[in-house]
Amino acid sequence: MDLHLTAARPTDEERLAVDGLLGPEPVSNDRVVRGGHEARADRTLLLPALHALHASEGWISEGGLNYICERLTVPPAEAYGVATFYAMFSVQPQPKTVVHICDDLACRIQGGRELIAELEADVANGDWTWTRSSCLGMCEQAPAIFAQRAGRPDVSLGEATVATIRATAAPDSTVTCAGGVTAPQVWDPTVRAGLRLLRRVGDVDPTSIDAYRAAGGYAALRRAVDLGPEGTIREVTDAKLLGRGGAAFPTGVKWKAVAEQSVLPHFVICNADESEPGTFKDRLVMELDPFSVVEALTIAGFATGAERGYVYVRGEYPLATERLEGAIAEARVHGYLGDDVMEHGFRFDLELRRGAGAYICGEETSLFNSIEGKRGEPRNKPPFPVTQGVFGKPTAINNVETLINVLPILELGTEGYSSVGTEDSTGSRLFCLSGHIEHPGVYEHPHGVTLGDAIAAAGGVGGGKRLKAVLLGGAAGGFVGPDRLDARLTFEDARAGGYTLGSGVIMVFDEDTDLVDLVLRIARFFRDESCGQCVPCRVGTVRQEEALLRLVSGHTMGTRADELALLEDVADVMRDASICGLGQTAAAAVRSAISTFGLFDGEGS
Amino acid sequence: MSAVPVAPPRRLLDAEVDGVAVRVPEGSTILDACRIEGIDTPTMCYADNLTPINACRVCVVEVEGARTLVPACSRVVEAGMKIRTDTDRVRHSRRLVMELLGSSVDTSLASPDWHRWQDQYAADPDRFGAPTEPMEAGERDRRWAGHHHEPTDPALAETVAQPVKVDNELYVRDYGRCVLCYKCVEACGTDAQHTFAIAVAGRGFDARISTEYAVPLDASACVYCGNCIGVCPTGALMFTSEHDMRAAGTWDEDRQTVTDTICPYCGVGCELELHVQDNTIVKVTSPADNDVTSGHLCIKGRFGFQYVQRRKKDRT
Repeated sequence: MDLHLTAARPTDEERLAVDGLLGPEPVSNDRVVRGGHEARADRTLLLPALHALHASEGWISEGGLNYICERLTVPPAEAYGVATFYAMFSVQPQPKTVVHICDDLACRIQGGRELIAELEADVANGDWTWTRSSCLGMCEQAPAIFAQRAGRPDVSLGEATVATIRATAAPDSTVTCAGGVTAPQVWDPTVRAGLRLLRRVGDVDPTSIDAYRAAGGYAALRRAVDLGPEGTIREVTDAKLLGRGGAAFPTGVKWKAVAEQSVLPHFVICNADESEPGTFKDRLVMELDPFSVVEALTIAGFATGAERGYVYVRGEYPLATERLEGAIAEARVHGYLGDDVMEHGFRFDLELRRGAGAYICGEETSLFNSIEGKRGEPRNKPPFPVTQGVFGKPTAINNVETLINVLPILELGTEGYSSVGTEDSTGSRLFCLSGHIEHPGVYEHPHGVTLGDAIAAAGGVGGGKRLKAVLLGGAAGGFVGPDRLDARLTFEDARAGGYTLGSGVIMVFDEDTDLVDLVLRIARFFRDESCGQCVPCRVGTVRQEEALLRLVSGHTMGTRADELALLEDVADVMRDASICGLGQTAAAAVRSAISTFGLFDGEGS
Repeated sequence: MSAVPVAPPRRLLDAEVDGVAVRVPEGSTILDACRIEGIDTPTMCYADNLTPINACRVCVVEVEGARTLVPACSRVVEAGMKIRTDTDRVRHSRRLVMELLGSSVDTSLASPDWHRWQDQYAADPDRFGAPTEPMEAGERDRRWAGHHHEPTDPALAETVAQPVKVDNELYVRDYGRCVLCYKCVEACGTDAQHTFAIAVAGRGFDARISTEYAVPLDASACVYCGNCIGVCPTGALMFTSEHDMRAAGTWDEDRQTVTDTICPYCGVGCELELHVQDNTIVKVTSPADNDVTSGHLCIKGRFGFQYVQRRKKDRT
């Protein structure tokens, strides 16, 4: 392949921004030509390079992109395809600061819409601009914003007002991420004593490895090293740890499958691309207990025979990124990462990768493509990640909550760990309580808690109002009514009862909520987040939104029943024939709302 | 002439398609098995000479034990696999895929097979409403991932309709006909040409085939091999000669003859099919099953025919 670039050249600033990541441009002469496999192996740096350029300049110019392509030997059409895949990258000039304002489910019912209305009336000046955003993962602090600021660190803020937005966007802004401890249980000493996953949250300095160690950190890795890789996997298997990302796959089985692969190298990945609307638990853990993620991923690497790991963090999580980067650096300095981990002779290191605004990249195979510097489109399975994951190599990928469960398993032993939860759903689980709830935040409950108890533990419905509906499991989950408050939150009960725990979302809506508005927002979300690869999802999500808008307006094609039948038809093809989970669940919540609450019965024509 | 077999013989696997026992070589796809059984399977993004991308999902079948349907074109047959190609679920998904595509893209120039399948599955693309007006030139190219575009009128079905891109003398790009099958990207990239002049850009319904920053082809890496035209299933990529004749209403495939010949420009020996109408070469293809070309050519074979005709014109 000959690299063909357009005539556009980079500015000095753009060059510097890219060189800051890739190092100075090598001096070339006629005798040394860098190319072939070696040069193409750098493609994995494409997304970090785009981030570096965008963070400095506020957009990706043709000249800047050309320079990245030249350095990484990537065809510019492909690099452009990657850059335009992500919502956080602009390929057109824009103001230095762009504020993303969440108008997704939790935020829109708690001030997000009013905030946007205020901003619409009071137009931003030329230095900054704002745009609507889907869920930013700060639902407990609604309304949330996320600001991209060229030349300065990105910021995410909760409980935003026009004043705080202006302060964030100001050229001399001193605003930084707040990072509040939004896990109300930790303030009650008796409750706190029973917490496992949140036990350090709010109590232990998240920037200090010494504080982490003093609070019991790295005891689990020591135990793993004593047990050996096979023993570690056996503990995880016996503890019946199931994946918390939504698929509930047994973690021990996954690790064993990777460990047994003869193809080398193996990889471990922490999926921290938490983007399911209503989900913010992983963010809280990464911000307030980042070393636990690093330790757990190190254990995963040790158990599966991987020498390299990645943490793929959602792009809209600047504080989690900063804290994890700090934790990785500290762990390296103290010998918990590197060529000889804990002087025990095994090698493991990990690298943080930032997403750039794409829900689909939380799908594991999309995430692999994103790390590899390709568009974050999902792959077909099989082959599964345990045989062909990132870079085509055996890969164990787990989300943050799944991984940190490994720590109590190793610290307490299988029996100790299983002493809470149920027979098939062992241990505890993090739930994200948001919406119309008295004390929103992340809560840890043993598996088997009922939906009603989980809501009551967070103070119940806000303002003493009556409950209308709960969104369980996120936008890919479904709505349930007050009649399901006795539903037990376990994997087996969810399966039997036809609901889903998904990513632990419990979003509460009071009696005054307009459910139709929420359903429309969910349809918009999936239309915007579809990657566009397969027809059922690419076109189906558009047709779903159109049909819902027609139902809302009352201007239906044919009768209302015809429109509902059309929605069902589209929902079926998306569920059955889409490549990945996004398309397969893109109609789930819409469908559940319509059937549970009879949304379009008896109105209009 | 046939290729010399170099691969070792493959193990045979037993499976079942629609209740009938089949035996296929290891590595065969479900589509291969269906073809052996003579089962007509609709395809759009599949081509014999490209790596299956399984993006269109029209070839889906049901495999016992699988939660979702699986694409026949890429899913490899496993021993004991029980495949069903004519269940309600399969028929529903195939019909809906045809309807979704037909409602958003101009598929009128797709293969006769495609139109036959549409009838066979009773696909009704009009059920989603009348199509939206075509977009302004370049508007789709500027669509930004994750930034919502509210439908202007939900009574109209959003489409990809837009003006034809004409930026060179050899071929046009009519992306209102693009079903996003990825074939042109594959042919431009690792499956044939390794030029990488085009890629998929944008996301979701706004995804499109594009050069970097949507620059015209002459500013891009395009080498005008025309292999993208050769694999395009819907006429979105088309010889300028064909495009102009269609516009003038003179394109008539019934009056065309096809002459097989060997390209004279170099020693590789690519087989050419010259499509001739009124004693003028109007387009050049190569058979996908040709051992030398696998259907792919270079600029000389694909577009060099112009010299023949220009010389003739110069003489008169």
